[in-house]
Amino acid sequence: MHVVIIGNGIAGITAARELRKRSDCRITVISKETDYFFSRTALMYMYMGHLKFEHTQPYENWFWQKNKIELVRGMIESVDFAQRKLFLSADSQTVVYQPTLLERLTKVASKPATSASQVRDLSYDKLIIATGSVPRFGDWPNTHLDGVQGLYSFQDLEKLERSSAGVKQAVVVGGGLIGVELAEMLHSRGIHVTMLVRESSYWSSVLAPEESALVTQHVQKHGINLRFGCELAKIQGTQKVERVITSQGETIDCQLIGISIGVEPNIDFLRTTSLETQRGILVNEYLETNLPNVYAVGDCVEHRIPPQGRKSVEQIWYTGRIMGETVAQTIGGQRTPYRPGVFFNSAKFFDLEYQTYGDVPAQCPDGIQTFYWQHPSKEIAIRINYRQDTQAVTGFNALGTRLRHATCDAWIRQQRSLDYVLEHFQEADFNPEFFEKLRLSH
Amino acid sequence: MAFLSRLGLYLLLAGFGLWLYTLTLNEFTLTPTLISSQLKPEHQATLGVRLQPLVQKTFQSGWEFTYAFDTILNNLNNEYRTAQQWDKVIYDEYSFAITKAAASGSLKQQPWLWFGLTFGLIVVGALLFILPALTQLAGNKNNGIFHDASTNRGWIAKIIGAFLILFYITLYYYPQYLANWTMLVDPISKALNGAEASRWFLYGFIYTVCVLVMGVRMAIKYRHNRYQQVRTASVVFFQTAVAFLLPEILVSLNKPYFDFKNIWPLDYDFFFDYNLNSLLQSGNLGIFMLVWGIALFVVGVPILTYFFGKRWYCSWVCGCGGLAETLGDPYRQLSDKSLAAWKIERYLVHAVLGAAVVMTVMVLYTYFSGSSSVLFIDSYSVRSLYGFWIGGIFAGVVGTGLYPMMGNRVWCRFGCPLAAYLGMWQRKKSRFRITTNGGQCISCGNCSTYCEMGIDVRAYAQRGQDIVRSSCVGCGICSAVCPRGVLNLENASENSRVMVAPEVLLGNK
Repeated sequence: MHVVIIGNGIAGITAARELRKRSDCRITVISKETDYFFSRTALMYMYMGHLKFEHTQPYENWFWQKNKIELVRGMIESVDFAQRKLFLSADSQTVVYQPTLLERLTKVASKPATSASQVRDLSYDKLIIATGSVPRFGDWPNTHLDGVQGLYSFQDLEKLERSSAGVKQAVVVGGGLIGVELAEMLHSRGIHVTMLVRESSYWSSVLAPEESALVTQHVQKHGINLRFGCELAKIQGTQKVERVITSQGETIDCQLIGISIGVEPNIDFLRTTSLETQRGILVNEYLETNLPNVYAVGDCVEHRIPPQGRKSVEQIWYTGRIMGETVAQTIGGQRTPYRPGVFFNSAKFFDLEYQTYGDVPAQCPDGIQTFYWQHPSKEIAIRINYRQDTQAVTGFNALGTRLRHATCDAWIRQQRSLDYVLEHFQEADFNPEFFEKLRLSH
Repeated sequence: MAFLSRLGLYLLLAGFGLWLYTLTLNEFTLTPTLISSQLKPEHQATLGVRLQPLVQKTFQSGWEFTYAFDTILNNLNNEYRTAQQWDKVIYDEYSFAITKAAASGSLKQQPWLWFGLTFGLIVVGALLFILPALTQLAGNKNNGIFHDASTNRGWIAKIIGAFLILFYITLYYYPQYLANWTMLVDPISKALNGAEASRWFLYGFIYTVCVLVMGVRMAIKYRHNRYQQVRTASVVFFQTAVAFLLPEILVSLNKPYFDFKNIWPLDYDFFFDYNLNSLLQSGNLGIFMLVWGIALFVVGVPILTYFFGKRWYCSWVCGCGGLAETLGDPYRQLSDKSLAAWKIERYLVHAVLGAAVVMTVMVLYTYFSGSSSVLFIDSYSVRSLYGFWIGGIFAGVVGTGLYPMMGNRVWCRFGCPLAAYLGMWQRKKSRFRITTNGGQCISCGNCSTYCEMGIDVRAYAQRGQDIVRSSCVGCGICSAVCPRGVLNLENASENSRVMVAPEVLLGNK
């Protein structure tokens, strides 16, 4: 059996690795982005000089050959689903790693048997599509100008490295997670950043007002100019971007615009095929598409029936990972539904860490009550949502403090009462030793 | 604030330049009185006579004087060796003491002035360079580390590394050429133990100043992290009070020089005859020191490591660890995380432990039996081989000299026999682990990058497995740099350590 995986991001690579644990089948992973898997969550740290590219690679370069996972660097030009065949661009090549002397001496890796060769087409028995996302761009004119870009891929980072050189002012459009990352990145290079945020406070579509206010203050304290209730109206410039005009009519000079109004599934090359798509590739709970032997995982997926408490398109690092783990079980012979469990996520806004478990929407729904605690002097806040009738907790938000995933997850699944949770709150404390112990009470 | 920082850097460089310049100060004259007071009676007629051409000749440079002296001594010894008069060969380390005693001039007369112009300027400059960080918002500040020539193996790192290596080689093997530097700290040495500074006093002083100043930097850098602050305070305390001051005070009270926190086999000469004799001849205190030293590795290591992991020593108490965690902190990201490095590490560090044990057994055999030959091997030459290659070259020259190129724990990771011994307990019998936080890991790699021991922390974190590794020194930086709150150093029931990664992380239940 030959399993071909399109995309070497977290979803595709997890599928390849987990499948290798279960099966001896031939596995090929194709990527147009990089030779080897890297964590795109670390793009910002590369730019800020915390890490180099090699540090963002969770597996060393010899890993793939050793685990008989074939890598191809190239682009899919077309797919013949009937013949189960992929056609690749002319520059597509196998990726072959030459181990270093030290790796050979320590028997970590051996010399490869083959050298890199061209690949024009590939036949598959099972196909896993894991093509991820592309940044959304909106329909403003002039987005083609130099200095207008999003941040998703390795190529985007290379572009940013070039286009931010010598820049004094930048505008970031969109007040989400990538927006604040972009702001922090540019700020670290001494660039003055203005963020245009459509909502009236930061990320208020996701965060409740108190958390949103706390994050807003924190971001402002770091010197980011936040414009709320403000959208991008026009981009001006001749070859390179020179200024933007906002929906409020204000003109802001800038030499760089970061567009971060969200991402969408990267499936353009599949739109005209027999594969059923809407926003993303439509899959059932087994991550099977409408075509036999074709699966989809990760950001590019749209669930026909989303798992409970989750969106149909959910672009989160770990959901890509869990989908990869799940599809590997299915292809490995044990058909397994995708059940990502209780929702969780995390982020970091400059120095302020954020974790969430369960369901904590921006507006408290009917029948749900909320407990909110904020530290009197530090940037620390905790929110616990719970059902009015049973008092069972339904979700946690933590800002500036760390909560234990397994404990919060268990409390939500076991429907523990708010009083129980407050009384046992120390069990969920995941802060380092000597940190202040938070005492929560009504 | 940027101005203050820049000023600090200039002061630091000026102080450093003046420090190098002090090596050229003083003039050096050998007098008949010096010869009769410094040389042993049996060497007066031999070396004493040979030195006559130098007498009353004034050298403007200490290096020229030392070179002239060494040449005479070496020629004499070579003559004895050629004539196979082995008993006459002079092994005494006269060179350093005579160079120092022959000096006169500005540095000798005004050591405090020069102390202020060198160490004083360096410390003030360094603090000025460091303190303005207080005006920044607290938080992980690793911006630009891999863009900077000093922290990314650039030209600055290469210069610093070359200087450190040169410094160690000179200090260990040619201390006579650093005689002037010891005069800078003579007043402090005299105040503490009543005698002029030896090279080891100079080294201890510089070492402690580095730990203190860079400890301040660490405390500021991690002022949002109590664990780092407490831990830094601990290493600074142990280096300053227990490793540096206390032994000097003991000497001034006519007691044996003893570092209460140094543990065999890192303290490889603990069982050497001269140390045992010195302790045994020092009454109850000496006996206590002997028992304490043995109890530390027989009882202290297993018990404390069981409760806290090896961090209780390596990143809270140890002097090598103290330097690594303060002076070495800017270089922690340079450790090699590859599997190849891990393989080399495991062989090497355990081989050094084996060598330390074998060497010590031989030394003790000689001590009790009086026979220096163990299975036809001379225990004295084994002991000096160990001292030269492992105690000197590996721990010092390589261990610290390569900070700017290979990270701050080269010795601790690849060479320290005590770390290997502590690691065995940590791996097999300890409540310590680094807990990973469910499915929150985003595989960004900050933890692995900033692990000074080169542990691929992420490999565990991204699959929800606790980190139980012999080499982990528990510095806690992985937890500090994690942007998603995934890592936490914990002590809890041994059986709660997650040794096998879950099949699917918090999904598909």
